[in-house]
Amino acid sequence: MSYSEQIKEVIEGSDVVLFMKGTPSFVMCGNSDRALKALRRAGAPVTAVDILPDPEIRQDLSSISGWPTIPQVFVKGELVGGADIVEELEASGELESTLREKLGDGYESRRAETTVALA
Amino acid sequence: MATEPLRALLESAFPDATELDVIDRTGGGDHFQVVVTAPSLGGLSLVEQHRRVYQALADPLADGTIHELRIRTKGST
Repeated sequence: MSYSEQIKEVIEGSDVVLFMKGTPSFVMCGNSDRALKALRRAGAPVTAVDILPDPEIRQDLSSISGWPTIPQVFVKGELVGGADIVEELEASGELESTLREKLGDGYESRRAETTVALA
Repeated sequence: MATEPLRALLESAFPDATELDVIDRTGGGDHFQVVVTAPSLGGLSLVEQHRRVYQALADPLADGTIHELRIRTKGST
């Protein structure tokens, strides 16, 4: 499967996806860290995808999302934004309300961190 | 890159801006914070608001002049 196909599959098949530099246990960029921490504080179940192993991953992701920077957060297949937006939504309470609306009440009980490696 | 060329790109993309600021966060000319408040951003989601900023700065983003960009936008005046 091409990267594009794998990226689409993860976006469409996961509740919350974080495309990041590094992994949750070894974050390689401050902005990826900001987004990850905001999602953690909101109790989101996070599926993380490291874009660093191959520059093509990032190129294909940006073609799909139309978003030029990393990180990128998707909830139920829809782009929520990068680190600035996720932090802003967290501060206004909208991050939690969006998660509740899209994932259902009690989504926090499914909180987990999964890392998906593209190949 | 200095902040002026970025400011000029944003000014032409948001002629109605009531607030427009470009800050060099590190002094190194590649980590920037951009603030835009404009009526033309009103009614758009944050994703769409940030997309407009990315579009305005597409060239310096594509050629690597901007290494990191933080964005804060508002649709109201």
